[in-house]
Amino acid sequence: MTRHVVVLGAGTAGTMLVNKLRRRLDDTWKITVVDRDDAHPYQPGFLFVPFGGPTDDLVRSRHAFVHDGVELVLEAVDRVDVAAQEVLLLDGRLLPYDYLVIASGVTLRPDQTPGMLGPEWRRSIFDFYTLDGAKALATALRGFRRGRLVVHVTDVPIKCPVAPLEFTFLADDWLRRRGLRSHTELVFVTPMDGAFTKPVASERLGSMLSDRDVVVEADFLVERIEGRSLVSYDGREVPFDLLVTVPLHMGAEFVTRSGLGDELGFVPVDKHTLQSTADPRIFAVGDASDIPTSKAGSVAHFSVDVLVDNLVELAAGRPMTHSFDGHANCFVESGDRKALLLDFNYETEPLPGTFPVPYVGPMSLLKESRANHLGKLAFQWVYWNVLLPGRPIPLAPAMSMVGKQNPVSTS
Amino acid sequence: MPVTTLEGHEVHVDAEGFLTDLSEWDDELATVLAAQIGLTLTDEHRAVLTFLRDDFAQRGETATLRRASAGSGVSVKDLFRLFPQKPAKKMAYVAGLPKPVGCV
Ligand SMILES: Cc1cc2nc3c(=O)[nH]c(=O)nc-3n(C[C@H](O)[C@H](O)[C@H](O)COP(=O)(O)OP(=O)(O)OC[C@H]3O[C@@H](n4cnc5c(N)ncnc54)[C@H](O)[C@@H]3O)c2cc1C
Repeated sequence: MTRHVVVLGAGTAGTMLVNKLRRRLDDTWKITVVDRDDAHPYQPGFLFVPFGGPTDDLVRSRHAFVHDGVELVLEAVDRVDVAAQEVLLLDGRLLPYDYLVIASGVTLRPDQTPGMLGPEWRRSIFDFYTLDGAKALATALRGFRRGRLVVHVTDVPIKCPVAPLEFTFLADDWLRRRGLRSHTELVFVTPMDGAFTKPVASERLGSMLSDRDVVVEADFLVERIEGRSLVSYDGREVPFDLLVTVPLHMGAEFVTRSGLGDELGFVPVDKHTLQSTADPRIFAVGDASDIPTSKAGSVAHFSVDVLVDNLVELAAGRPMTHSFDGHANCFVESGDRKALLLDFNYETEPLPGTFPVPYVGPMSLLKESRANHLGKLAFQWVYWNVLLPGRPIPLAPAMSMVGKQNPVSTS
Repeated sequence: MPVTTLEGHEVHVDAEGFLTDLSEWDDELATVLAAQIGLTLTDEHRAVLTFLRDDFAQRGETATLRRASAGSGVSVKDLFRLFPQKPAKKMAYVAGLPKPVGCV
């Protein structure tokens, strides 16, 4: 009897998952992965595009990365029928499943902020979380001479939560090199009470903003955009000449339609097993779930390893024994060809120290260095050639304390 | 965990003053906590607090602002009016719940 694992979304998490799973399950298991299109983007590369970074190798065909023994279906998901254990595609096809994994990432929703998609969209309002947006912003920046450049986060959670900070550091560097920095007011607007939520990192990143004369407008939750001003729920206004915003992040709409999402459309799961709290046959991995750690490719990678082990156990009729610890690992570009590295999990916040990165060498944690910047650039190669194909990478999923300096009792 | 006394109520709190023992909370203590941050509780506040407490009991996590708004039916704008400046944090404080984990 053939049994069926269906994965919704062939992005970072879905692709790694099906490739790893194919090697571990025998052929009584059929594996199908669904995506609505055949363009797989390397999203971390979007960050550099506004500053003239390369766009040629940022998108590849999904087919190239999906193992031959896995069926790739290119069609949008309409809905999951939980009771019937099947997925309905937009063209009417039905995919029955024994286990379902939702890996549909986040959907950017500029439509959720009144005024964002008005006449100023892509004239003075841009995003860099999409390739189109990043390219349009590159053109706008080339024509920028002076004024208020405002970098803005609509609400949390967002994927790669450090990316807006990185953008700000890179913008500062780029403006300096062009002699425009003294004519530019650089403002960072966030709904959080500081640069980052984890205290040690927030302090470090916050002082990096003030070192660069970036004005921080914290606790700012945008209600609407009026002309060229952000207006918050408590009536504050932040005017801009050029706005670089990170629109509201929500889960895919089919998640909500299927009754599987929270108020933002993310899938509530057990944070250690990624099993849906609504149905034991359903899991969510990558940005689509509601686990309390960063929405990042590194988290997708570490959690996929745990999920594969658990699915293999379930397939063999055994209980799941593997547990995900929330491990995240993020490079933070800081300008001047340097970067920092953050490493943390559910329990431990980012700490200073060193971190061994396979293929690239030891990196310094929470401190700017050239090696970290090169590490970030090298990651694109690792992504296409090692991560997506699901090749083993000598990095354990669980976070390690080796090389880290434990915080002196909060001084 | 440090113990502190608020107008005759002995409570366990964390470094930032958030209650650490949920069972120590009651409506009277809510009034005391609210006063600590300059708020006078009304029925509008209490409706939000009730949702937060119930939601926490079910999910083990303090609701975000968006969730609190969706669940209590009070608009985000009104939450800012009721708990000015830092509504998510202030609501949790008065409801005797852990500080919401700002998403990472
Ligand atoms: C600017 C930027 C910089 C970043 N930098 C970093 C970084 O430095 N380090 C890091 O670790 N992470 C970084 N990230 C985050 C990282 O790219 C994501 O966390 C990661 O790609 C998440 O993988 P995923 O599989 O969950 O989602 P995705 O890779 O986004 O895949 C989701 C897939 O689901 C599909 N899908 C959605 N809805 C449907 C539907 N209805 N029907 C069919 N298919 C559907 C989509 O087409 C998509 O292919 C960055 C992201 C951005 C935007």
